[in-house]
Amino acid sequence: MSPYYSEMSGCGLAGIVNRNGEKISGKFIYDSITSMKERGNGMGAGFAAYGIYPEMADYYAFHVMLDDLDYESEVNTVLNRSFKIVKSEIIPTKEVPSLYKKTKPPVFYRYFVEPRDDARLPMESEEDLVVRTVMTINEKVKGAYVISSGKNMGAFKGVGHPDEIGDFFEIKEYKGYIWLAHTRFPTNTPGWWGGAHPFTLLDWAIVHNGEITSYGTNKRYVEMYGYRCTLLTDTEVAAYLFDLLFRKHRLPIRAVFMAMASPFWKDIEHYRETGLEKTYEMARMIRTVYSSAMLNGPFAMLFAFKDGVIGFNDRIKLRPFVAAEKGDTVYMASEESAIRVVCEEPDRVWMPKAGEPVIALLNHCKEEDVCYPA
Amino acid sequence: MKVKAISDGIYEIECGNVHYREVNKKVKELVNKGAKKVILKEVYGQRYIGTGIKENVKIEVYGTAGNDLGIFLYGPEIEVFGNAQDGVGNTMRTGKIVVRGHAGDVCGYGMRGGKVYIEGDVGYRVGIHMKGYKNLVPTFIVGGKAGNFFGEYMAGGILILLGLNRKPGEDIVGDYCATGMHGGVIFVRGEVPKRFLGREVKVFEPDVKDLKLLTDELKGFSEAFNIPVEEILSEPFTKIVPVSARPYGRMYAHRWGIATGIIK
Repeated sequence: MSPYYSEMSGCGLAGIVNRNGEKISGKFIYDSITSMKERGNGMGAGFAAYGIYPEMADYYAFHVMLDDLDYESEVNTVLNRSFKIVKSEIIPTKEVPSLYKKTKPPVFYRYFVEPRDDARLPMESEEDLVVRTVMTINEKVKGAYVISSGKNMGAFKGVGHPDEIGDFFEIKEYKGYIWLAHTRFPTNTPGWWGGAHPFTLLDWAIVHNGEITSYGTNKRYVEMYGYRCTLLTDTEVAAYLFDLLFRKHRLPIRAVFMAMASPFWKDIEHYRETGLEKTYEMARMIRTVYSSAMLNGPFAMLFAFKDGVIGFNDRIKLRPFVAAEKGDTVYMASEESAIRVVCEEPDRVWMPKAGEPVIALLNHCKEEDVCYPA
Repeated sequence: MKVKAISDGIYEIECGNVHYREVNKKVKELVNKGAKKVILKEVYGQRYIGTGIKENVKIEVYGTAGNDLGIFLYGPEIEVFGNAQDGVGNTMRTGKIVVRGHAGDVCGYGMRGGKVYIEGDVGYRVGIHMKGYKNLVPTFIVGGKAGNFFGEYMAGGILILLGLNRKPGEDIVGDYCATGMHGGVIFVRGEVPKRFLGREVKVFEPDVKDLKLLTDELKGFSEAFNIPVEEILSEPFTKIVPVSARPYGRMYAHRWGIATGIIK
């Protein structure tokens, strides 16, 4: 098969989480996403991993993509204003000849930073400071983009097939307890290094198959809260919505998903008819208050943070999504075969219903007392 | 990709992570050489298995069959020992597909003939726009439960949903069942909540003629999975048929046509 061959299909996604927090080699997610090469066209692939920097777990790890190494000094200046830089280094990459034929890879830098006490504005939390810095770099520093900014996690992404990007960043060398991966088939927005998935903010990471047709509404909504959409793609807005609803507004997990893939009004009405008075009331209020946070259009998404992975579909399931579990490991993917490739005999494989999130949290979290980031 | 001849006319292919194009090319090659049965081992999502073959060969799939299994199928018989993904029997014409597991979304899409038997559950939009013409009548039987949009825009053929693995309180079918249906017939073993049904259909109790049809159609399913027909028929069925042959006829018609009475 020619590495340049591809056909119409749509993106592919994969996620693995060990609920005990045990580390898994990047090899598994690599094999899983690579088996779905058909779903991408070599114009974007990426990985997110949690638990990869155990010695630096107390510091925010900024992965920054630089169009040119010279921009590093400017990023350094912005970071220095609010953080103490504990360590900074070029992210090691390997030469992948096929990659250079279609694109010139940017330089990737990682910084481990600690917030300065005096850098925070009044009423600003530590996380807000990180978000503000990310927005500043993305918006104001030419040729520099923060691709991840959480603790003990990182994103690796670029233009290429998943095996090319995986080899480029030497994904198999990392060990994490949560892995997300994506292979991209860009349709509406450009295929560029910053536009590959996952999209992250703090320790949120998100991979997405489909399109968000409500992008305009969602974008205007998050911009009211100071988020800046700079990565030229619809998925980014979902990451910011999660941050807003989950971290800032502190909604319980199920409420977040009820807002983002809310039930139809007739189904909300049905809750009341069947005596689910409370659910009815909650659904109605969420739909009213967070109408601008509802994601419309066909999609399947995986959403990871330090405490687990949540996968969900649009309200009428216009994109494929399969989940499986084996012991304490939960797998999610666009195709069942991508799970079977790394887990021959799962205990259970199922096709989740539309709009119904699959919530795979680590064992130390109980769903009721929601785990927050940081 | 390892290929070996097991006995006269029977071949085995180890698929692994080999691209579907190579696998399907090999299958065709073997069939052209006179193979009667091709066994595909270690299948990991290879797509379009069985398409482009006109001979009545048997293809066995071990593993997880990829999307569009048996698309445009024209004769072969496919049996999957495992699960299948989306689009089983997409636009198939003749032949048979048996899946000993579950199957994904949009199975039986635009199907116009042949038989599909799924042992377990199916996903969303199964039987969407199935059709039939004269002696070409497709039959799609699901042993488990189905998701939303079951039989949406159905134009012909027979769609049967059994829900044999259904637990108490579980819905057998999802919302928007038979929405826009304008041909064919759906049989559901059990009741379909009215709020899940499209406005274009009516529900009946099967009559003697229907039961005869059901018994005939269920024979193949019963043999494939070794479940007695009587056991399947032990519970009452619901029959769903369309009220109109052209539910959207007026929606897209020219106003002039309606005004002059040409379009009713």
